[in-house]
Amino acid sequence: MTSSPSDCCDPADNSNCGCCCDGVPDQTPKPLPPLNRRGDVLCRLSNKFRMNYVVAPGLYTIGNPAQESPVLVTANYRLTCNHLRKELEGGNIWILVLDTKGINVWCAAGKGSFGTKELINRITVSGLDSVVKHRTIILPQLGAPGVAAHQVKKATGFSVIYGPVQARDIKVYLAGGNTATEAMRTVTFTFKERLVLTFMELLPALKKYLWILLGIVVVMGIQRTGILYKPSIFHSWPIVVVGFWAIIIGTFLAPILLPVIPFRSFALKGALLGAVLLAPFFYLINRAFCGSIILATAVFVFFTTLSSYCALNFTGCTPFTNISGVKKEMRIAVPSYLSACGISAILLVIFKLQELGIL
Amino acid sequence: MKYLKNVATVKLDREKCTGCRKCLEVCPRQVLVMREYKAAIVDLDACIECGACRQNCAFDAITVKSGVGCAQALFNALLTGGEPVCDCEKGGKKSSGCC
Ligand code: SF4
Ligand code: SF4
Repeated sequence: MTSSPSDCCDPADNSNCGCCCDGVPDQTPKPLPPLNRRGDVLCRLSNKFRMNYVVAPGLYTIGNPAQESPVLVTANYRLTCNHLRKELEGGNIWILVLDTKGINVWCAAGKGSFGTKELINRITVSGLDSVVKHRTIILPQLGAPGVAAHQVKKATGFSVIYGPVQARDIKVYLAGGNTATEAMRTVTFTFKERLVLTFMELLPALKKYLWILLGIVVVMGIQRTGILYKPSIFHSWPIVVVGFWAIIIGTFLAPILLPVIPFRSFALKGALLGAVLLAPFFYLINRAFCGSIILATAVFVFFTTLSSYCALNFTGCTPFTNISGVKKEMRIAVPSYLSACGISAILLVIFKLQELGIL
Repeated sequence: MKYLKNVATVKLDREKCTGCRKCLEVCPRQVLVMREYKAAIVDLDACIECGACRQNCAFDAITVKSGVGCAQALFNALLTGGEPVCDCEKGGKKSSGCC
């Protein structure tokens, strides 16, 4: 990162600050920062931490690279750099870190910050052409949506070749003379990968939907004499339990069971799984929903919709959806969701009116 | 795992294709193969519309309406009337797959 002269370091010691005190960033290649196990965990838990978990863009070294050593290009998300470092321990490699604002390669490529312009710029400012003799740079394959290899070649003389998708394959790739097998080139989405992602989805989702559940507590508490505490708790807890279940179905069960649920549409997968797994709660009607089929239906319709919505939101976390498909799903899903919410609201009002003895 | 049938917008102009294979190299879903010295789309439903092939074809032989297939981003666009921005960018949580 370019430091402004004002926050520059002590002129006598500019070894750590990445700048050289006249405002021009120091371009001498430095060793890639050491592994940081604690940071690698924290960045998955805290957004704030993640946003600042960066490496200053520029040219770095792993081991003692020479003029013939390979050059790998990556994003300045520290976790990404750490993965690379871990895999390449013991090798002698140049690492060119692009300024992607701390975002990982795939997302930054989609947004264009891991892109042709930044790559050309970084090659130029780092003086790569005088550091290495050869004219080949290796990019992670998932950076390809942002980079036009032929334009980089034209502007800098460097040929861009694309390496494997995963950092863990990079050593084999280099050892094999820069050849990637089809497996190395294909994005995967295994059970384990889904499990990790869904765990991270679950908490924010629960937080997000908390207000819906709170709303239910309040509505159930409305009595002729005002909002009463006792009926509120007594009537709403079963609904709140069903609500939690619906969220778990949509954000957790649907994603991990993705390949075995019928239909290709995520909204349908979520709705189907929601309907099946919420159905047993109908049996609790008498005890839980004041014996009211109207209330039970309202709850069932609303929470099946919620499961579907949660599952549809998971499309962004998977490496096999496409934007045309998601748009198509939404053209059907959005009106359906709105009508479902409308129906549940009307049923809920009817139930309340009956309960209050007005109907 | 595959997504909806026949929705992907990737198209290949065989006239313009020189058979350089760059698109095969960058496609993370093995959508393309070589057929008679030129690229060909064999698995349209696997395409995730990432745009890598179009971006790296020096001969403009490929078109695709690319973007991130993320419903959350599209919902946000619906609500704010702006560009699709997913929660992940506004300080999101993802580590892989998604942004
Ligand atoms: S990158 Fe373009 S020219 Fe090269 S094989 Fe693919 S479509 Fe043909
Ligand atoms: S858009 Fe992406 S997934 Fe689709 S064919 Fe091109 S490179 Fe492959």
